[in-house]
Formats: sequence, C-alpha cells, structure tokens
Amino acid sequence: MSQGLTPSQTVGPFLAIGLPWPDGPFVVPPDTPGSIVIEGKVLDGAGQPLPDALVETWQADPDGRFDHPDDPRGPAVAAGNFRGFGRSATDPDGNYRIVTFRPGPLPCPGGGTEAPHIDVSVFARGLLDRVVTRIYFPDEADANAADPVLASIGDQGRKATLIATQEAGGQFRFDIRLQGEGETVFFDV
Amino acid sequence: MTVDDQRDARVARHGELVLPKYESAAGVHPPLDTQAYQSSRLRAPGRPLVPLPQGLTEITGPLLGPERVTAADADLTAGHAGEPLGERIIVSGRVLDSDGRPVPDTLIEIWQANASGRYLHHVDDHPAPLDPNFTGAGRCVTDSLGRYQFVTIKPGAYPWRNHYNAWRPAHIHFSLFGRAFTQRLVTQMYFPADPLFSLDPIFNSIPDPEARSRLIARFDIDLTQPDWALGYNWDIVLRGRTATVFETEGI
Repeated sequence: MSQGLTPSQTVGPFLAIGLPWPDGPFVVPPDTPGSIVIEGKVLDGAGQPLPDALVETWQADPDGRFDHPDDPRGPAVAAGNFRGFGRSATDPDGNYRIVTFRPGPLPCPGGGTEAPHIDVSVFARGLLDRVVTRIYFPDEADANAADPVLASIGDQGRKATLIATQEAGGQFRFDIRLQGEGETVFFDV
Repeated sequence: MTVDDQRDARVARHGELVLPKYESAAGVHPPLDTQAYQSSRLRAPGRPLVPLPQGLTEITGPLLGPERVTAADADLTAGHAGEPLGERIIVSGRVLDSDGRPVPDTLIEIWQANASGRYLHHVDDHPAPLDPNFTGAGRCVTDSLGRYQFVTIKPGAYPWRNHYNAWRPAHIHFSLFGRAFTQRLVTQMYFPADPLFSLDPIFNSIPDPEARSRLIARFDIDLTQPDWALGYNWDIVLRGRTATVFETEGI
C-alpha cells in the first residue's frame, strides 16, 4: 500500500438530487418471468422510518455467477438483462423495493458453500459510512444452516435479522433496523 | 474446451477458489457513532460490526460504464436555458486504488448545492435563492487512465441545524463504485483553506488529520483555463487488492 485511502463521508439529506435512477430498483426489467420482489422499511433507533435513505443491492445470478472479470470461474453464461445491481431510494414512509432474480449458491474461498444471498449497502443522513448487511432467504433452511457467514453469528435472534420473510404473492420482506431492538446485523467487509 | 471450461478446470485443480483480497480500510473512515453529528444518534448501529470474509459477492461489483452517462452529464453548467450564477470551476483528477493503479471505466456521480448554498431539494429551506439554471447533479465515467473531469460552479457554504450557528464547509458529494463491492465509496470533496473546517463535525469525524486532508482538493493553475474557469485537482483512492487470482495461479 502506497497511497492513503480516501475516507467516507455521509450522503447527507439531499442524495435524491444525485443518486436515484428511474430504473434503479430493476435488477431485471419489470415483469421478467421468474423475477421476485424484495421490499422493506429502513428504520431508526426509535422505530421511525427513514424517508431519505438509499438501499443498494449486489448479487449473483440464479446460477451463482457474476458477469465480472475477477470471478475466477469465468463470466456468467446467460446474463441477459440481469444487472446484478439494484438501487432504491426510500419513499416518505421509509420503504424500498427491488425487483430481481433469486441468486444461486456460491463456492467459498476456503471450501464450503455460501447460501443464496444478496449484499446490501445502506446510505443515509446520519451514516458517516455506508452500512452493509445481507439478505438470505427463508425457504433455504439447509443452505442457510451450512452458510459460514450465518454460522459466524451465534445468537439466533441476531441471525434472524438477516433472513427475509415471505409474504402473500411470493414477495419477500426485509426490514433494516439501524439501531436498537431487533437491530439488523451489519458487517465489516 | 472453452475458456470457461479451462478456468473451471484450473479452479478445480487447485482444489479451492483463490480470490483477490481487498485491504482493510480500518482507521480511515469516520466511526459511525460520532456523537457530535446529531443525525447519527438514532441512525448509527449500536452493536459492533460482524467481520465478513471477502467472498465472490464482495470481490465483484457492478461495472457500470458508458451506458449510464452522456458527455453532457459531466457539465453541470449546461443543460439549462442560461448559465448558472457563481464561480465556474473545473474539477478533475484520477481514481486510483491504494497500489497506485488507475481505476478505469468506473462510474462517478456527484451532487451539490448551488453558488448560494442552496440545494434543489424540497427539504432544504435555507433562505437563499434557487438558481433556475442549476440542478446540481453530474455523472461521468473514468477514462482508461482513471481520469475524470467535471465542469460546475463552486457550491456555497450553508447553514444546518446540528448545533448553534452550524455551517457546512463548501463541498461536492462524490459517489464511486470501483470494480468491487468492497470498493464502494460515497464521500465529499472540499475546497482549500475553508475557514469552517475546524468547526464542522462531519469533516472532523475522520479521526486521522492526514486522512481528513485527503478530502481537500488542490487549486491547480495548470488546470485553470484563462478567462474561463478555476481548476481544482482531486484524486480519489479506493481500497487496493493485495493479490489477484491470476498472479497466484501463474506460479
């Protein structure tokens, strides 16, 4: 290392000027067959929704592949319109929404398999750096039980904050609690 | 055998997946629970962060490039009926990783207040005028050498309610992706010799004064264009890789 890293600063209250994209929430185009919806609220330590947050997602495709040169397994085979990346500003009630495919499982560098998951960054006024969490799926009990990241979190209640819930219509809900009771597990990546 | 098959075979032969590893940013970024910054009090997580090993999801990331920008997006003074008020400036620099390697073809997004210190946002009620010729959002993609350039106007300082008589030093918000989830960065660029630096809890949330100073652009007479605009130079350094799969596997 020769150059000092550039430090982070908060996005502040006005990120809506520069960051939201009309197509941001659509990791795959609307109404793509097989797509899923993940939605939830971003909440503060008093349980109040954040109307000024930004949620970003990054994930593998359904085959567990990335269209990226640093994946040593080679590029994704059939990326199609799958962007892998989602971005949703929260609405006045603190809701975000992403339309995507379910990701596949991934091999780990040290052996073993990571359960299907989506990496999440949350940006907001009051956060001097992004906070990072992961979305896992409720109907992947065996894969989740074998996942090394989930296994590193001993407390069952804490672990549960990383697992989405399934709602009527096949949608998934993943609320993000920044602080206090039920605080979501956040990662140092 | 396709290229993909060869790669799969190589990974399998080694018996495990060898991935690049991004250096730690420990000690560089501001602590989330910076009490002097009031907005952090109900929003900063209270529990310690859990270490996340860098796997495939973390060492990859969205490679967002030219499809998201037009050439006009890098000029914040254009696109309106007239020219915005204020001091026209050129902001230019390079995006590097900490090994000094340029980060090419990566998306940069910026947003800022106008010359009066007013943001075009419904929440901003600072009694300073909006400028009908200034929106305050820009985008560009770095070139093959990691270089970027924006034309804009110098934003004004503005008051906020963090504490009595609180004013933010003039700044431009920058958002960067790099090439991996680990490199994602949102930050602010400041201007030299701002008298508000010592009073600003956001700027001072960065514990290391040397790291703090890396957010201040440098006035650059060579970048300055005669009879037109002042130039400011600012390089952005993202977390570097300590190894790559190709170097490791070449042995």
